[in-house]
Amino acid sequence: MEFNVPTMAQMIAKGETPEILFWVGCAGSFDERAQKITKDIAKILQHVGLKFAILGTEESCTGDPAKRAGNEFLFQMQAMANIELLNAYEIKKIVTGCPHCFNTLKNEYPELGGNYEVIHHSQLIQSLIDEGKLKASNGETFKGKKITFHDPCYLGRANGVYEAPRAVLQQLDADLVEMKRCKTTGLCCGAGGAQMFKEPEKGNRDINVTRAEEALSLQPDIIAAGCPFCMTMLSDGVKHFEQENKVQVLDIAEITAKANGLS
Amino acid sequence: MILQLLFIVLLIAAAGLFTKNISKIRRNILLGRDLDLTDQASKRWYQMFKVAMGQSKMAARPIPFILHLCVYIGFVIINIELIEIVVDGITGSHRVFAPLMGNLYNFLIASFEWLALAVLLACVAFLSRRNIIRIKRFSGKEMTQWPKSDANYILFIEILLMSAFLFMNAADAKLQMANVGHYIKAGAFPISSLLHNIIPNEASSLIAIERACWWFHIIGIFAFLNYVPYSKHLHILFAFPASYFANLNAKGKLNNMTSVSNEVKAMLDPTFIPIQTENPGRFGAKDATDLTWKNLLDSYACTECGRCTSVCPANQTGKLLSPRKIMMDTRDRISEIGKNIDLHGKDFKDDKALLDDHITREELWACTTCNACTEACPINLDPLSIIVELRRYLVMEESAAPASLNTMQANIETNGTPWKFANSERANWSN
Repeated sequence: MEFNVPTMAQMIAKGETPEILFWVGCAGSFDERAQKITKDIAKILQHVGLKFAILGTEESCTGDPAKRAGNEFLFQMQAMANIELLNAYEIKKIVTGCPHCFNTLKNEYPELGGNYEVIHHSQLIQSLIDEGKLKASNGETFKGKKITFHDPCYLGRANGVYEAPRAVLQQLDADLVEMKRCKTTGLCCGAGGAQMFKEPEKGNRDINVTRAEEALSLQPDIIAAGCPFCMTMLSDGVKHFEQENKVQVLDIAEITAKANGLS
Repeated sequence: MILQLLFIVLLIAAAGLFTKNISKIRRNILLGRDLDLTDQASKRWYQMFKVAMGQSKMAARPIPFILHLCVYIGFVIINIELIEIVVDGITGSHRVFAPLMGNLYNFLIASFEWLALAVLLACVAFLSRRNIIRIKRFSGKEMTQWPKSDANYILFIEILLMSAFLFMNAADAKLQMANVGHYIKAGAFPISSLLHNIIPNEASSLIAIERACWWFHIIGIFAFLNYVPYSKHLHILFAFPASYFANLNAKGKLNNMTSVSNEVKAMLDPTFIPIQTENPGRFGAKDATDLTWKNLLDSYACTECGRCTSVCPANQTGKLLSPRKIMMDTRDRISEIGKNIDLHGKDFKDDKALLDDHITREELWACTTCNACTEACPINLDPLSIIVELRRYLVMEESAAPASLNTMQANIETNGTPWKFANSERANWSN
């Protein structure tokens, strides 16, 4: 199948409306590692025949890092411009590739006039599996592979989504193992609250190293992530322990794409 | 008669002083910014019953949960006897409810004794956790001097009160058996009967012990009542309003500032008529009075248990940030402001603030907003919103974010992305 990702502008020009808008997010758009996740999400959407579109160059930062850094002005400027665009396109349903975008669009946009059904890509994948549209077939097998899932704070504690990513992994017959700190007590990767864009404060070690150590202590084959920031932090943490040749850090979407022979 | 008068004077003094101190705290809390939390009353009641009354979040750590449950239930139930003590104290009666309640009275006294023993043992266990086992979350740079002694004082006082209660019953029971004076047969004493051998047998000594313990117990309670407003023990009261008014939204949602919405909307649409808001004075918080009354209520409700700090990723990797310290600093500062008002009148300004004099910028910038602290708090307090308000002040009033965060913001402004990429390249991955 030809890889084809239509933009909203293109769809509207053709007189079509998508079932769902794929909100890619800045990391998914620009970060080289996260782009691979983005492509896999698009491939999954295309594979199941869900009519989707992206905003392309019309997409702009949700304002999450500005808001968490304390710049409410910049956040609301971004939010209102985005809402104007989304409302003009009459968007009803959004899937995001990033828990931070997910949280902001879902929780902080409604009061400013942006009301959409917003889901994270792990929730979309789970519902596609539940509906029987997506089966782990024709691809790499994960049977017996030891996988541990790292809860992104903005998916887990922030929004109570703990089961969807796990349900996606469970249907792979993989050996799903939990870190001591998981779900409600999951340890942050260290990137939230705009930390992604600055050096950490002085301390005795980095948060991502602590988290990677906890994950590696389970001797997993794969550390599963659901957030492009966690992806960066955990990959760096695994490299810190020189385990990058033994342990893969993969997004839920990448694992799904592999299991379905899409990547 | 003199003793009855003395009792009444003490009772009024204790209740009066307590009321005065609590209303001062209430005044301090209301120095905070206005915030309407009158919505969703039924959800709020449910949350209060579950979290404060039902202790649901304590169960996450089973050992302190059971110990705390002993003290909590013991405290609530044993205090039923206060009604009798107060009536006896005022009227000069002795065990006034015994003839009225018959066997139920015996059952109640017996349960009070079992609970008193449970409280006593739990307090001994708590003391050893703090001072012998030295559990890590009870230490930390904010847990020196007063906060450290405060915790120990409370436990000592409770042990003394419970011991007085049991010795009083032991003496009373022996007097009952000896048919002395007004010591009518009343009550069942499963625990205090074990003390019979270590107290004297003469009626006069027993009466002395019984009376001394009775007075010690009630004066101890009066004193304790007036110790509470100065102590982390205030949580026994404030956990209820704090959990009632606690956040009901998804934890990830930060409030959208209406004052900012007005300016942004006016910028985008010149015909926009601003939504009426109280003049915020400044954006974000520099001092404790810039925080909402809910933030200030939280600070008084905090019992410094340190669950927040023990799960904080910044704190656990050696950074200065401690969510518990954020709560304690907020309380210390608003109390300081309150004291200034008492001493110098309501317009007095010292040259101090919550920011920099209590909470440093380094602490604020270490937060990852991961919500581990708000999740861990047994009564749903919210240190994170205080951190965010202080950051808002730093960024919007002082433009004092770390340089790398200024770069991030500049990138969003110019490119619509926090990194230095051209927005025209945003969809290049799809080619």
